[in-house]
Amino acid sequence: MPWEGTASSFAPVAIGVLLLVACLLAALGKLLPRWAVDAVATVAVVGVVALDVVLLRATRAGRVVTWVGAWTPSRGSSVGISLVADRLGAGLALLAGVLVLAALVYSWRYFEDVGAHYQVLILLFLAGMTGFVLSGDVFDMFVFFELMGAVAYALTGFLVEDDTAVQGALNFAIINSLGAYFTLTGIGILYARYGALGLPQLGEALAGQPPDALLVIAFCLVCVGFLVKAAVVPFHFWTADAEAVAPTPVCLLFSGVMVALGVYGVDRVYSTVFGEVLPHDAVRRALLVLGALTALVGALMCFLQRHLKRLLAYSTIAHVGLFLAAAGTLDGPGTTGAAVYVLGHAGIKGALFLIAGTVLSRYGSVDEVSLHGRGRDARVMPWLAVVAGLALAGLPPFGTGLGKAISEEALSASGFRWGPVLFVLVSALTGAAVLRAACRIYFGLGPKPQDDDQDEASGDEQDRETPALPRVRATMLLPIAALLIGALAIGAVPAVARGVSSAAREFLDGQGYVQQALHGAAAEPPAPLTEAAWTATGVALDVLSVLLAAGLAALALWKAQLPDRLRTVTRPMRSAVAALRRAHSGHVGDYVAWLLLGIAAFTALVGVPMI
Amino acid sequence: MSVYAYVVAGALLLLGAIGIARSRDLVHAVVCLSISQSGTYVLLLAIGYQDGAPAPVFGSTSAPTTRVVDPVVQALTLTDIVVSATVTALLLALSIQIQKRHGTVDPDELSALEG
Amino acid sequence: MSRAVRWWVLGAGTAGVGLVLLLAFLQMPSFGSSHHPYRDAAVPAAVAHGTANVVGSVTFDQRGIDTLGEEAIFFGSVLAVLVLLRPEDEEEPRPEEGSLAPLQSTRLFGYLLLPLSLITGLDIVAHGHVTPGGGFQGGIMLATALHLVYVAGRYRSLEQLRPMPLFESGEAAGVAAFTALGFAGIAVTGSFLANFLPYGTFGQILSAGTVPLLNIAVGVAVGSGGIVLLGQFFTQVFLADREKGSGS
Repeated sequence: MPWEGTASSFAPVAIGVLLLVACLLAALGKLLPRWAVDAVATVAVVGVVALDVVLLRATRAGRVVTWVGAWTPSRGSSVGISLVADRLGAGLALLAGVLVLAALVYSWRYFEDVGAHYQVLILLFLAGMTGFVLSGDVFDMFVFFELMGAVAYALTGFLVEDDTAVQGALNFAIINSLGAYFTLTGIGILYARYGALGLPQLGEALAGQPPDALLVIAFCLVCVGFLVKAAVVPFHFWTADAEAVAPTPVCLLFSGVMVALGVYGVDRVYSTVFGEVLPHDAVRRALLVLGALTALVGALMCFLQRHLKRLLAYSTIAHVGLFLAAAGTLDGPGTTGAAVYVLGHAGIKGALFLIAGTVLSRYGSVDEVSLHGRGRDARVMPWLAVVAGLALAGLPPFGTGLGKAISEEALSASGFRWGPVLFVLVSALTGAAVLRAACRIYFGLGPKPQDDDQDEASGDEQDRETPALPRVRATMLLPIAALLIGALAIGAVPAVARGVSSAAREFLDGQGYVQQALHGAAAEPPAPLTEAAWTATGVALDVLSVLLAAGLAALALWKAQLPDRLRTVTRPMRSAVAALRRAHSGHVGDYVAWLLLGIAAFTALVGVPMI
Repeated sequence: MSVYAYVVAGALLLLGAIGIARSRDLVHAVVCLSISQSGTYVLLLAIGYQDGAPAPVFGSTSAPTTRVVDPVVQALTLTDIVVSATVTALLLALSIQIQKRHGTVDPDELSALEG
Repeated sequence: MSRAVRWWVLGAGTAGVGLVLLLAFLQMPSFGSSHHPYRDAAVPAAVAHGTANVVGSVTFDQRGIDTLGEEAIFFGSVLAVLVLLRPEDEEEPRPEEGSLAPLQSTRLFGYLLLPLSLITGLDIVAHGHVTPGGGFQGGIMLATALHLVYVAGRYRSLEQLRPMPLFESGEAAGVAAFTALGFAGIAVTGSFLANFLPYGTFGQILSAGTVPLLNIAVGVAVGSGGIVLLGQFFTQVFLADREKGSGS
């Protein structure tokens, strides 16, 4: 039985250890010196990362199932809650642990004197993410989702002295909570008819049922909370507000792994519970439409930003759109591409946020326009920033490039020829924005722009998070370098992509999940896919994206020197772009209105073609 | 009548959301959010109800039987209430800080996050 | 976005979501039906583990890890309020000045109800596995019961009875005790949060294995946490800007 043996204790022990250490630090934090608090928290996270590695190795023999409280199934049913770690889930838990470790190390010398509260909140955040990813029960996923959320709201508003921090945290909290209540409504509707809350139990109960309105609506409602967390349009408005004001190490966690967990939630619920009931075409179309829309809106808004952290937040939204589009193919190659892209993107985006943190610390602002040329005396950061920008556009052999290549191939193989075009365009736009900012700040390229655009968030009011630093500390440089090297390894080491493709195939096997968790059927992970490798077309498209990104960045830097004729071409787009900007108003009432419209639209997108 | 209880739950959920959207005061918006959550409690408890069935607690006068109101949704609602209470407290703390920083709790006047 | 545009979007969204919810409700089992498969399995499981309060069994025994997550949410949120309402350098506590003394009848009822509420709260926590109630419900009663001192008297009396570090540690201890009982389950039976203590006699106070212990842990955590939470908001009322000199 897969729930016997020591491996099945790893998942709950990881969560339990984090909670215990969090309680310890909360009680003793005031008595211990700062270095001791940091040491205890870091050791705890290292321990959990080690546990995650061992769990990942244990999944080589198949999914690791834990029935909490010893409520193992008898006669194919159980009243308890299961934690099911398949390769993808264990891998995501490991990613979360590694990123939290990077954030903690970065915070060692970053904040001065915050007590133990920050470290406790970070530990609870990791506990929430680990529990969400490994849970095998939809209500349990909701509970850990709310844990992630509550702690995230506190971490976003942590620097209460900053005027905008608490407002960003409030917008974040209201929209995410409302989304979670719709998820709970969906869970309730599903429970009313099938009387089950566990993913294996629901998968078994639903298999072979005719798809009627209740099932479609339950699926769409359950996905709402996850789509809000994933920052999918039109549920995405909170993301830029929150990431603009959250402390830098926290933004690393949000962009690196938290939004990816939203996409994971949608995909997990679909493949285990609804995979045998709802037709693939309907769900695939809805996810692709949402993904493409999110990617385009995110990329466009990203290119228009001058506030560095908002720029990076919108680029995260754009990339989440790409992940959703790739995973929305609901087949092995697409899911593999999405997973590899998530891993690569976590490293690159994490490094970029940490670099933005060093900019704030050294120069006191995150406004690209007013920081023009201020960074000329930096020695290492400029090159790291340029490399990260190129990697974001898809430079081979980074993991982002590989994920992009596999995803493009998967989309065109499924018949969506516009896939590669979307990926090239969006990654070029986001890469260009980062390159433009890096060149402006660190190399002083391009003429100094006029400070005339007053209706957008400028980065000058951003308070410093730390006392002014004359040079970048080693504890800040180390995680940046480590994240970039990690992203490079994802793409350069062939075993990673092959392992991810095997994990993706296992992930999509919903019936296998049910059989293994409920009936103890043995199952070895499937073989890797041949598509999980670099191809000539993939490399060519990546190089095209990088060149396009460089071109767009140059265009933006020297746009004042363009001939007037070229500029009249863009004039009709200006009113559309202005309307898009006005929609991102910072007003929570607008966000709620879009949330409701989005729920109705998503349900219609899935359900109406099925009538 | 068989759908009425669920409709009440749905109405609470939507009324709370509408309240937040047209709110002129953040404390009012936070309370509307907890109204939305009450909608989910009503839904869960209504799902668990059975006509004529007693509470799922057994004692000297009531022998164990499965003809009781659903205890699982009651446990879920308990979890839901704790989550709601704590998130409401968190949001109210944020509202207090916003009042201190910006001098207003009117969402229409808080415009530092545009663009 | 102007208010007009917001109204249109909101109207369309509400209509759409309302329709969606109605369509789902029409296909759900009707209100009051007897179709509850999970209940049919949960009640015998609770009885088999000697727990007379089936809701308590589901909360702490069958779906224990949900409750652990919920405890963590409560703990994290109280900590969040501590972080978000932390006093700043420019603020100092201001004395409670000029408040009216409570009516004599208020003081009488307050002081009478205080021991009654505390005992009722403790009773609800302790009997959570045999009667309706449990750690959460009793804990909130205990937390609010303490504040009768403020209602019936002065804030200063409440402050003297409420050493904040004690309750902050109490909350952490409660959550840690819950987790430790989970680990004890691994040590004894190899399964996290397993109910490893003897099940006792059905309906008596010594029954249901670990459920009463978990109830007590939750009661301590929630009671202490509630006091800390309310304390933070009280502190905000009695804070003044040092430069301005008097209350805001």
